[in-house]
Amino acid sequence: MSTLAAPNENDLKDLISSHLNLEGPMLPILHALQHAYGYIPALAHGLIAEALNITKAEVHGVISFYHDFREKPAGTHVIKLCRAEACQSVGANALAADTLKKLGLDWHETSADGSITIEPVYCLGLCACAPAAMVDDRLVARVDGAKMDKILKELGA
Amino acid sequence: MKIYVPLDSAAVALGADDLADAIVAAAADRNIEVQVIRNGSRGMAWLEPLVEIETDAGRIGYGNVDASDAAALLDGKLSSLGKVDDLPFLARQTRLTFARCGVIDPLDLTNYQAHGGLVGLRRAAQMDQAAIVDEVTKSGLRGRGGAGFPTGIKWKTVSDATADQKYIVCNADEGDSGTFADRMIMEGDPFSLIEGMAIAGLGVGATKGYVYLRSEYPVAIRVMRAAVEAARKGGVLGADVMGSGRAFDMEIRVGAGAYVCGEETALLNSLEGKRGTVRAKPPLPALEGFMGRPTVVNNVISLASVPVIFEKGADHYASFGVGRSRGTVTLQIAGNVKHGGLFETAFGTTLGEVVNDIAGGTASGRPVKAVQVGGPLGAYMPVSKFDTPMGYEEFDQNGGLIGHAGLVVFDDSADMLQMARFAMEFCAVESCGKCTPCRIGAVRGVETIDRIAQGDGAAIELLTDLCETMKDGSLCALGGFTPFPVMSALTHFPDEFAAQKQAAE
Repeated sequence: MSTLAAPNENDLKDLISSHLNLEGPMLPILHALQHAYGYIPALAHGLIAEALNITKAEVHGVISFYHDFREKPAGTHVIKLCRAEACQSVGANALAADTLKKLGLDWHETSADGSITIEPVYCLGLCACAPAAMVDDRLVARVDGAKMDKILKELGA
Repeated sequence: MKIYVPLDSAAVALGADDLADAIVAAAADRNIEVQVIRNGSRGMAWLEPLVEIETDAGRIGYGNVDASDAAALLDGKLSSLGKVDDLPFLARQTRLTFARCGVIDPLDLTNYQAHGGLVGLRRAAQMDQAAIVDEVTKSGLRGRGGAGFPTGIKWKTVSDATADQKYIVCNADEGDSGTFADRMIMEGDPFSLIEGMAIAGLGVGATKGYVYLRSEYPVAIRVMRAAVEAARKGGVLGADVMGSGRAFDMEIRVGAGAYVCGEETALLNSLEGKRGTVRAKPPLPALEGFMGRPTVVNNVISLASVPVIFEKGADHYASFGVGRSRGTVTLQIAGNVKHGGLFETAFGTTLGEVVNDIAGGTASGRPVKAVQVGGPLGAYMPVSKFDTPMGYEEFDQNGGLIGHAGLVVFDDSADMLQMARFAMEFCAVESCGKCTPCRIGAVRGVETIDRIAQGDGAAIELLTDLCETMKDGSLCALGGFTPFPVMSALTHFPDEFAAQKQAAE
């Protein structure tokens, strides 16, 4: 996900201004920033505020409202495990408990070496082949203990 | 040789991308010419990845194909399911909205037109606004997102409003667990949604449309964006829609992981770039919606059902269904089921038929305990309510809601107290924070259910009272409907709440 080096003002301004022709450009800007850097750099807050003629507090308000936006980088790999009802009906709770235990992490935590972040997600729309997970950009369905072990091994956990 | 390998998320999550590559590689090894078409899903999730090979006798299916089976598939050594169209799960359906899904190449506009695509839009392009709105009203179409509001009335309000700019906003923030119809149609037949939005635009005089698509659906985002491009090139979108002289264009916007943005006013705030908090109504979005302008906000399935209404006529669509629920319902059968997936049928089938007959009972083979219908805000229906017909009023009368028509089946190992607790926990996580009953109530709800679990029987009365307050005092369905799963669990499975008490005593 993260492609650019450390954020600098010029790059940020370019990225922000390339979305200003849109109606309601805020979310597209934030998505573009996160796509480029893996998180929303604090340096961008003031620049977005200026470009959209709103306060920095409002920018912070929007960023902090949405689960997707990060204020600091995640681990190298992000595992999102579905916790919603359909996945629960086929053992997602036990799978989540086992996975967290294996990683020695709680929800939203990143492993000490920075390799893995684990987060809950509420529905990936794979409810008829649950439990479901998203590993970085890859969707996985019918996840059981063995499949999860294989995923963790591939990620070097 | 034409081989269909679905690009649908469910198939991809079960290895369809690797499989498609493996088929291409195996074909090259064998020096045979193979055209791999990435279609949508036929909706039989238990068979995914479901590969189809086109033959003179029709499309022959192969279920649960793994990448390692590619060679055997080409060598004719895999056992087949026979003709896919003849499989009972498909043969029993009435597919109107999903007629093309899984059949066509989702991004081939010519292929789309060969299967009835754009007939509806061409017809609408010859009609004036009033006639278009009238056709939708006559069809009896009601909002498939959950509220069931008559689509024609909503369109009429926007059509009658005067403004320099009006909008069509498609709610594709399908966050309810157990639902995936929006995702499937966007991945498998994106032009049907685009065509539906274009008809809506012509019908109400809106020239701009947005699809607010959740970020959890990467495949749908990619397919929809490509389809919009193709539709522009094909003259379906742009300054002169199908030669009508009228303009309509649209954009795909991606959500950011907030469940509450599936509520229409929170969605509009989010689309405008604000926090996804709920707006008080009135004003109705139909009059003051996106950017304060008249806006049609419709669910994906509502809009994707519009083309077939114009293709085959409102009367044809309305001839299906029961009572005031006209047309077809796109049931999404999920959770602990043997045969899960998408089943489109006329309204009126009973819940029991769907669960026991169509879905074949649980995947675990254990008895069904409850079915949550309508997503995280829907009631847990016990087996004793299985004679409830699938219809808006019919579910309402039985203490439930049909919602987006997702069904999550649970076997007898489900812990209903924990499911009630989860409903409150989910509401607390996803509350937008604007109104107190939802923001505080959900947190107190979790605490109160924990007290019940610890043996405090008196807390049951408190929980009931809290649910009343949330139901009556919340601004939107998140706080207002969370009591449905909680109270249905408590009402239909009282032992699970009382047993905790006795165990503690």
